[in-house]
Amino acid sequence: MFNFHYRLERNAMGLVAAIIVVASIGGLIEIAPLFTIDETVEDAPDMRVYTPLELAGRNIYVREGCYACHSQMIRTLRDEVERYGPYSLAVESKYDHPMLWGSKRTGPDIARLGGKYSNEWHVAHLYNPRDLVPESKMPAYRWLLRNALKIDDLGEHLAAMRAVGVPYTDEMIANATADAYGQANPDSGQASGVTERYGDATNLSLFDGKPGTLTEMDAIVAYLQILGKLTDAAKQAEQARVE
Amino acid sequence: MIAQLTALERTYAAIILVVIMCVGVAMAVVGRGDLFAVHGWIIAAYAMAVMVVLLRDIDAPEPWEEHFREYYDDPTKVGIILSLIWGVIAMAIGVWVASLLAWPDLTFDAAWASFGRLRPVHTSGVIFGFGGNALIATSFHVLQRTTRARLPDQLSPWFVLLGYNLFCVLAATGYLMGMTQSKEYAEPEWYADLWLVVVWVVYFAIYIRTLARRREPHIYVANWYYMAFILVVAILHIVNNLAVPVSIGHAKSYSLFSGVQDAMTQWWYGHNAVAFFLTSGFLGMMYYYLPKRAGRPIYSYRMSIISFWGITFMYMWAGSHHLHYTALPHWVQTLGMVFSLVLLVPSWASAGNALLTLNGAWHKVRDDAVLRFMMLAAIFYGITTFEGSFMAIRAVNSLSHYTDWTVGHVHVGALGWVAMITFGSLYALVPWMWKRPALYSARLVEVHFWLALAGTVVYVFAMWNSGIIQGLMWRTYDPNGTLTYSFLDTLVAMHPYYIARAFGGLLFLTGIVIAFYNIWMTITLPAPVDEGAASDLPVEPPAPRAWAQAGE
Repeated sequence: MFNFHYRLERNAMGLVAAIIVVASIGGLIEIAPLFTIDETVEDAPDMRVYTPLELAGRNIYVREGCYACHSQMIRTLRDEVERYGPYSLAVESKYDHPMLWGSKRTGPDIARLGGKYSNEWHVAHLYNPRDLVPESKMPAYRWLLRNALKIDDLGEHLAAMRAVGVPYTDEMIANATADAYGQANPDSGQASGVTERYGDATNLSLFDGKPGTLTEMDAIVAYLQILGKLTDAAKQAEQARVE
Repeated sequence: MIAQLTALERTYAAIILVVIMCVGVAMAVVGRGDLFAVHGWIIAAYAMAVMVVLLRDIDAPEPWEEHFREYYDDPTKVGIILSLIWGVIAMAIGVWVASLLAWPDLTFDAAWASFGRLRPVHTSGVIFGFGGNALIATSFHVLQRTTRARLPDQLSPWFVLLGYNLFCVLAATGYLMGMTQSKEYAEPEWYADLWLVVVWVVYFAIYIRTLARRREPHIYVANWYYMAFILVVAILHIVNNLAVPVSIGHAKSYSLFSGVQDAMTQWWYGHNAVAFFLTSGFLGMMYYYLPKRAGRPIYSYRMSIISFWGITFMYMWAGSHHLHYTALPHWVQTLGMVFSLVLLVPSWASAGNALLTLNGAWHKVRDDAVLRFMMLAAIFYGITTFEGSFMAIRAVNSLSHYTDWTVGHVHVGALGWVAMITFGSLYALVPWMWKRPALYSARLVEVHFWLALAGTVVYVFAMWNSGIIQGLMWRTYDPNGTLTYSFLDTLVAMHPYYIARAFGGLLFLTGIVIAFYNIWMTITLPAPVDEGAASDLPVEPPAPRAWAQAGE
C-alpha cells in the first residue's frame, strides 16, 4: 500500500483523480438516493404553495438572517414535541427553496408558529420584542414597518420557483402582484382572487393594521402565520399514532 | 510590485480589469431598481481601484532577469496583509455580535447592524477573509519551496488573490444589504458564486502548472492537503450553490433543491467546508511550517498517508450528523454518525504526527512562542476532532444540537486550531518573506500567545456551560411529567455566559490587533537583510522567456 502511494505521489494528475474519486463517494451514496427513494418525502395531497405575499415574507425572513436564531425543525424527541408540537415531516418543507431548518435556537423553534399569536402581537413584537417579552434577545425590526414592500416583480419570483419545481400555475404567476396586494387588503377587489387560487383557508388580513399600503411587515407576518400550516400531514400523523 | 510584472503581463492585467469593469457596469444597468446594481458598482469600483495601482507603474521598465531566478512572493506578501486585515475586521464584528446577544439594543435601529445580517459577516469574514487569504498566501509559498520551482507566471496568482478578495467583498457587503442565500457558510448569491468558480479554476491551474515544473520527484504532503482543499471545495461549492436567479437583473435566487434534499446537501457542504477549507488547507500549512520551525522532519510518513486519505474519504460522509432526529431518513443519520466516529482515527493521526514531530524540539516550544502557537494548534485540533466525533453520537447530539455547545465546538476549532496555526505560520513566514532576521518583537508574540489562549479558554468554557445547561433545561421534567422550564427561562440563564463569551472574544481580538502591529513594524522598520535569504532560490531556473509569457 505504501509502495503504491510512493508512486502515486510522484504523479500530479493521478493524485488529483484519486482525490476526486475518494471524496465523491460519500456524497453520492448519501445524497443521490434521497431524490429517488419515494419514502424520503411523505405524501400530502392537501399541501399548498406559498402565496406571493408569504413568499415575499419568507424572503425577508432570509434577508434578515432569522434562521440564524430560529429553527424550523421539531425533532422526534418527547420534550420537543411537547414544547413545540408534532415533529416536523420532510413534506412540510417540500416547497422550501432553500430549506430553513436552522442550526441554532437562540430563540425558540417556530416550525408551528402559524396561528399561535395574533397579527397585532407579531407586529408589536417585531417592532420591539422587549415591549412584550422584557428578557428577549431579539433585535427590534422597526424598519419592516417603514419599508414599502416591493411587489411588482413577484411574478418573476414565482416563475423562478416554478423553474425549481414548485407547482405555480400560469394564472398564479400572472396575478402575483395583485394577489399580494389583495391578501393584505381583504376589503379590496383583489382579495377574492387570492382565495380562488390558493384556497379558502388562506389568511386574508390587514397584517400590519394599515389598509391601502403594503409594508414589509405585512409580508413577514403573513409568512409567520403560515408556518406549519401548509399541510395537516404532521397533525394527522400524530393523531394516527395516538389512536 | 507592478514593476516586477513583465510588460505583457501588465497589458493582460489591464485588459482583464477593463473586462471586469464593463461587467460591473453592465450589472449596474440591468439591475436597476435592485440591489444587484449596487454590487455592479462595487465590482466596477474594485476593478478601477486595482487599475489605478496598475497604471501608476504601467510604463516601468521590464524587470531584471535576476528577478525570474527568485521565487515569486509578492502575492504571498499581500495575501498575508489582507488576511490580517480581514481577521481584525471579522473578529471585531464577532465581538459585536456576541455583545448583541447580551445587549440586543446595540442594533441602533439600523437594518445592517442587526444580528442576522452581521453574523454572516463575522463567519464569512473569518473563514473566507482571514482563513482563505492565509491559505492562498501560504499555499503559494509552500508550493514553490516544496517543488523548488517558481510559479508559472506572475499574473494568475494576482488574479486568484485579488479575485478571491472581490468575492469576499461581495459577500460581506451583500450580507449588510440583506443579499443572502441563507445557506450557512455559502450565503453569497449566484453571481458571486459563479465568480468564485472562475477564480478557483485559475487557482487549481496554478497548482497543476507549478507541479508540472517541479524539480522534486515527490509531491510533498503539504501539497496533497492544499490540493484536496482546492479540489473538494470546488465540488462542494458548485453542487451546494446550484440555484435559479429570479432574473438576470436580480440578486435573489432560489436554490435548486428544497426541503430534506436541500438540508442534506447543505450540511454535506457545511461540514466539509470545515473539513476541506478549515482542516485540509490548514493541515497543509501545519505540515510545512511546523517541521520547518521546529527544525525536525515529520515524525511519520505513513501516518501522513493514512491521515490524508482517511480525512479525504470519511469526512464526506459525516455531514448528516448535523441532522440527527430531523426529517432526514434514519439510515443517512446513522451513516453520518458512524463515519464521524471513525474519523477520529485519521484526525488524531495528524494531530499525533504533529506533536511527535516536536520530540527533540520541546526546548524550542518552551522558548519560542511562534512554535508554541503551532503546538497549541495541534493540541486544539486533537481536542476539537474528539469533541466533534463525540457530538456526532446521536444521543449526545440530542442534547447538544441547537445549543451553544455547537458554537463552542466550532470555536475550539476556529480559535484554537485554525487561528493558532495561522498565527504560528504567519509569524514564521513574515521574516522570510521580507528578508528580516527576526520579528519586530518576540515579546509581543508572547503576549499574543497568552491572550489568544486565554480568550479561547474563556470563550469555549462559557459556551460549553451555556450549551449544556440550556440543553438540560429544555428536557427537564417536574414530578408531574410536565416541562419545568419555559424557553424564556433557559434564555435568561444564558445571559452571564453571553457576557463571558464576549469578553473571551475581546481577548482574542486584542491578540490579533497586537499581531497586526508586530507584523507591520517588522515589515516597515528598516532592518538588516537576513543572510540566510540568499540560499532561498528555485533550482535551475529555465530561460526567462518561458515564464515571461503571461498567457501561457
